[in-house]
Amino acid sequence: MFPLTPDDILAIKLSVQVAVTATIIALPLGFGAAYLLALSNIRGKAVLEGIINLPLVLPPVVTGYLLLLLLGRNGWLGKVLALFDIRIIFTLRGAVIASAVVGFPLLVRSIRIGLENIDKQYIQASRTLGAHWWDTLFTITIPLCSRAILAGTTLMFARSLGEFGATIVLAGNMPGVTQTIPLAIYQYTSTPGGDRMALSLCLVSILLSFVVLLIGEAANRTLARN
Amino acid sequence: MYLEVDIEKQHGDFQCKIAFTLHSEECGVFGPSGSGKTSLMHMLAGLLTPDRGTIRLNGATLFDKDTGINLPPDKRRIGVVFQHARLFPHMSVKKNLFYGMNRVPRDQRNIDPKSLIDALQIKHLLKRNVSNLSGGERQRIALGRTILACPHLILLDEPMSGLDGTMKYQIIPHLQAVFKAFSIPILFISHSLQEMRLMTQEVLVMDDGHIQHHVPTEKLARTGVGSGGTGYVNLLHLDAPQDLGRLLRYQWGNVPLMLVKTKDQGPGQFALGSRDILLFKKHPEASSARNVLPCIVRKTYQTDWLSGVELDCNGNTLIAEIVPQSLEELDIRPGCEVIAVFKASAFERLY
Repeated sequence: MFPLTPDDILAIKLSVQVAVTATIIALPLGFGAAYLLALSNIRGKAVLEGIINLPLVLPPVVTGYLLLLLLGRNGWLGKVLALFDIRIIFTLRGAVIASAVVGFPLLVRSIRIGLENIDKQYIQASRTLGAHWWDTLFTITIPLCSRAILAGTTLMFARSLGEFGATIVLAGNMPGVTQTIPLAIYQYTSTPGGDRMALSLCLVSILLSFVVLLIGEAANRTLARN
Repeated sequence: MYLEVDIEKQHGDFQCKIAFTLHSEECGVFGPSGSGKTSLMHMLAGLLTPDRGTIRLNGATLFDKDTGINLPPDKRRIGVVFQHARLFPHMSVKKNLFYGMNRVPRDQRNIDPKSLIDALQIKHLLKRNVSNLSGGERQRIALGRTILACPHLILLDEPMSGLDGTMKYQIIPHLQAVFKAFSIPILFISHSLQEMRLMTQEVLVMDDGHIQHHVPTEKLARTGVGSGGTGYVNLLHLDAPQDLGRLLRYQWGNVPLMLVKTKDQGPGQFALGSRDILLFKKHPEASSARNVLPCIVRKTYQTDWLSGVELDCNGNTLIAEIVPQSLEELDIRPGCEVIAVFKASAFERLY
């Protein structure tokens, strides 16, 4: 048997909580960014795209460190948040932000490809039939790229479940507070005799990711049928 | 309808400079690919913003650069029927059909959906999935969808170009019936003169981003530009078919015509090439051709390389194109009698 301690169960709960929250927060922002990149005529698209994709190419530790500089007590944004008594570093909020930032490019990339593949004449037809742009957005654009949104969401969720580097820098590794599955595994592997416990969590991690991918695939098939 | 347009748009090296005023309810925009037809359509519908100028429809300003007016597409009440129908693939046929109507305020809905569905003969399609429709059926649904949005003007962007051969003209009677029944003005965009002649009374000829001419469609058809060098095509509505064994006899007004038998033997619209008609000064007596019609020459005119002869066949108009030498040798001039001869196989059914 592979035993799980109460802290492990808490780590699993925290992982799911972080991944769900990060995905929910990133989804509307990711759609907005993908929309700007795919369908708008704004200037500086290449720069925007570069900034969004940075976390994909940077080592996650670097992303975490940059977030720490930005959101730390002496950081530019951290100071503003401190005025409202909001702390990010070494809290669950930090873990959510780290996951959201690292998974964001995957989400945007998928939705962007989906948006670019929509025949623009569907959107034009909708507008000439009397639909306001937000009406067109919800009745035509989003339904026509729903599979891409789903794919991006699944990828982002799975990436958030496995996020390690940026999280450990920004949120630390405090059992019961910010310790997610990867962080707990890391702690076990650096503790003598912790291999067995690490393996238990590895299996949980594999199982969770597999379930997410299966659900994603099932939803994708349902959307394809419709 | 009263449409006033005076706009300019620069696309890289290509410049559109378009100015016209339209009163006709059935007008066409004719021109080769790349002449600026689609840009014009997009600017009218609000899908493309002109660099300068004004667009007014029935006195209402849709676009005016100077005063900063630029109504969005959903406020212009200009419907568009796109080249390949563009039915929303994630909706049923019925949802597609009513998409526009559901967005029109109730007090402005002036089209009865039931009579439109009857006119377009689409009732049996409503429960189907969009992917289970033929090209012609898709276009009929797209047309119905646009009309139900109660537009003040409908732009048809080459609606037949996505349909193949025989299906191509099948939609024409539906278009004609619907626009007549619901009196909606149209701007028919096409590079096919045949379609243009079946659908419009007058036409704007576009080339290189400019309106070159604004002429009656029939006049355009009699020029070399209009026919694309293949010669004028007579469009004849034939009815009262009678089976004569190996031939079919149709009535063209009060003139009987012989046609070879085809699968579809109903009344319809037929094309007869002007260069397939032979002209004789006297009755040829013995001839293999089955149609021998005494006519009176109304007038003659010059096309690029040939002479056009407008004939009066018992009240019907027929155009024959012959070489200028024949015109001189036969001494064909307005008022003289000639015999027009053409084969029973010279006809092509359009619909």
